[in-house]
Amino acid sequence: MQDANNLMLLDGSRIIIEAMARAGADSFIGYPITPANLLYQYAGQRMPVMLPAPDEITTLQWMSGMSVTGRLPITATSFPGFALMVESINMAYMMELPMVIILVQRLGPATGTATCGAQGDLSLLRGMISGGHPTPVLCTSSMEDCWTLSAKAVEIAVKLRTPVILLTSKEEVMTQKSFDLSVLSEIVPVVRKYYASAEPYQSYKPQGLVPEFLPVTQTMHQVRITASTHNQKGILQNTDEESMANTRRLEEKIRVSLPDYTFYEYTPKQGAKNLIVSFGITAEAAKDAQSQLTKKGIPVSLLIPKTLLPTPSIYLEIMEKYESVVIAEENINNQFSDMIYGLKKPKNHKFIGGLGKMITPQQIQEGIKS
Amino acid sequence: MTHILNSDMLPFCKGCGHSLIAKSTEKALENMKLEALQVISVTDIGCHGIIDKSLNTHTVHGLHGRSAALGAGIALGIPEKAQKIIVFIGDGGATIGLQHIMEAARLNLDMTVIIHNNFLYGMTGGQTSGLTPTGFVTTTSAEGNPWNSYDLCSMAYDAGASYVARVTGMGDISETLEKAFRVQGFSMVEVMEICPSYGLKLNPKRKFSDIVASSGKELKEWVRQRPPFPSSQGKKVDNLFDSLPKIPKDFQSTLDKPLSIILSGSAGEGVQLAAGIISKAAIRSRLFATQKGSYPVTVGVGFSTAEINLSPEEIYFHGIGVPDIAIITSQDGLEHSKKRVEAMKQGTLYIDSSLPIPSTKANIVQYNFRESNPRDASLLSIFYFAKKTNIVPVDALIVTLEEEGKSSKSLLEKIEKI
Ligand SMILES: Cc1ncc(C[n+]2csc(CCOP(=O)(O)OP(=O)(O)O)c2C)c(N)n1
Ligand code: SF4
Repeated sequence: MQDANNLMLLDGSRIIIEAMARAGADSFIGYPITPANLLYQYAGQRMPVMLPAPDEITTLQWMSGMSVTGRLPITATSFPGFALMVESINMAYMMELPMVIILVQRLGPATGTATCGAQGDLSLLRGMISGGHPTPVLCTSSMEDCWTLSAKAVEIAVKLRTPVILLTSKEEVMTQKSFDLSVLSEIVPVVRKYYASAEPYQSYKPQGLVPEFLPVTQTMHQVRITASTHNQKGILQNTDEESMANTRRLEEKIRVSLPDYTFYEYTPKQGAKNLIVSFGITAEAAKDAQSQLTKKGIPVSLLIPKTLLPTPSIYLEIMEKYESVVIAEENINNQFSDMIYGLKKPKNHKFIGGLGKMITPQQIQEGIKS
Repeated sequence: MTHILNSDMLPFCKGCGHSLIAKSTEKALENMKLEALQVISVTDIGCHGIIDKSLNTHTVHGLHGRSAALGAGIALGIPEKAQKIIVFIGDGGATIGLQHIMEAARLNLDMTVIIHNNFLYGMTGGQTSGLTPTGFVTTTSAEGNPWNSYDLCSMAYDAGASYVARVTGMGDISETLEKAFRVQGFSMVEVMEICPSYGLKLNPKRKFSDIVASSGKELKEWVRQRPPFPSSQGKKVDNLFDSLPKIPKDFQSTLDKPLSIILSGSAGEGVQLAAGIISKAAIRSRLFATQKGSYPVTVGVGFSTAEINLSPEEIYFHGIGVPDIAIITSQDGLEHSKKRVEAMKQGTLYIDSSLPIPSTKANIVQYNFRESNPRDASLLSIFYFAKKTNIVPVDALIVTLEEEGKSSKSLLEKIEKI
């Protein structure tokens, strides 16, 4: 609970950068884009290394190079920049390089409206890796999430040796809000463990599902990093068995470890027949809708998914418990529900969308009542 | 000492110029007494890139055209460099990734880029690149390339490289490569060579020296003394929260339910400043608050609007559709917020007396906010609002104004007059 006697005025960008720095991120590569500019600005003040790149492809390439040397880089962008990064994110994914990309959603398509929020990039994130491999995507829905999930994103990136996306949106990182910092829990910096054996090192020989990391800065073992199909040594192959097993493992390591990073908030209300599902900026409206309906004597439960990709099956299990489900997200095509149900959306399912405007608690309440 | 190459059998077609570059690279590095793992080889996508399996160095094999940026990232990651970073890239990769080479040269990053310029895209079947000489036949220009080619060396040098050389891939080029490797800063060697499988086949009667001459590019060195990229960073803070203004809780608001306010005026008339002051004064009075601004991308002209929510309880949804209070201090502001004011069914509209009154069901209060100094209009308006409603104590606004260093005698006089 926030205490009115402890409030300060700040934005989510500040919390995100501070959290990532505390978790162990040490470098920020930036290219300016609204609405991610505050993240860039704070990173300049806080990150041990901040470098301005000349474009977003370079951004991701520099980050990858730094990651190869053992640094822990992050960046922040919005769709136009993110689109340029996609091939390089695939590269970092295949190379198994830890890093975090903060994606601040704004209104598209294309340049769209830079100063207007949106939640339209989930579908893109879902299919961004060629082959359909999942990338961990954590989505903030409050100032506290900006803290906790940012630190988690850094931690997962290291533990799973992978790029991780922290998904947020304009209103969450630019609006100034009163906030009680004392509600934030301590962040334990992630510990980086390197391969320590004297036996020859193989860059892609898995321990469990994740290979041990070794930077190129040492001269004990040869490190081979590659984005082409490769065997455990990191040598380019066509489609032999060992390499296909490696390509499969990339998918598996993200999927199988999902329970370690499944985050959501579920507040069931006794006697509730309706469930609101909402995430990101719209989750704030959903919280208001839930409490206003409860005050009116209509109990409604609320599910706020925070791990969006890969999608934890628990969401579906919760949703199936209710007579009717209202899904609210600020896009016009119900991307979350599409992900869960595809074409076969259940009849008890209602979509509240929005374009160019935040979805209001009233809209969600009307969705429940109708 | 481990050799740089792990085999004499290199993976290229017979007679491919890429082999000569690999062997000369080995010779140069071994001549410098560098151990294999003191070298980080970054390879591009293209025929030349498959060299990485033959190397005993560290190897990093990325995307087509991006290896110069990837190598740059490695250079940026190891400022106190004991290792040599070498980027292997083709003329195709250099064309698509031109910016990355220029950027690394501009920053003078400590690395060497070797351009395998065989005048065409080898791996994809011999198409024309940005480095194909005029008249050279490729699979996509049967009558000879009609265009001119980039002078990559001059460009890299102009961008800021410490050392650049262009050579032909004949005999032994290890001396030039060694010179490049020894440079502290950005060095680049463009090696003109022939791809027997496409280049030679498609240009059977031409002598290599004629092709080189037809490119119009000089075989020479470009050298300058320039310190390598400085890795030092400016002063950093060790906590982003420390610099936030502490807001004492020395006032008490009477507000007992959420209140939404829009403040709409013109750029340069203190709208966002006023919004910040009222938000901080509200927090000072133990309220929760949110504040956001909207204005055109050209921040210095046109409207400027701020949205403020105040509440005795934690605020979740912070959007404002139809506000409880609208404060309009200029024509720009009125135009921007007119629809929302017209939609008001209750609440209060505070509007400058010079402005036309929109049709609205809100109570209307007119005041001369722009009087004498429009730059103060927005600040004056929030004081007016505070004095009339006492939702945020006027004294809380005054101390906040003073703490922000925005207080002035004339403004205080105007506030007094309300
Ligand atoms: C983004 C992207 N576009 C196109 C390709 C296809 N591609 C692979 S290699 C190559 C050209 C290689 O030519 P060059 O760089 O000159 O090297 P060479 O094969 O001649 O050694 C191209 C266009 C790719 N891999 N990635
Ligand atoms: S196709 Fe041309 S560039 Fe590629 S290996 Fe063969 S000769 Fe060399």
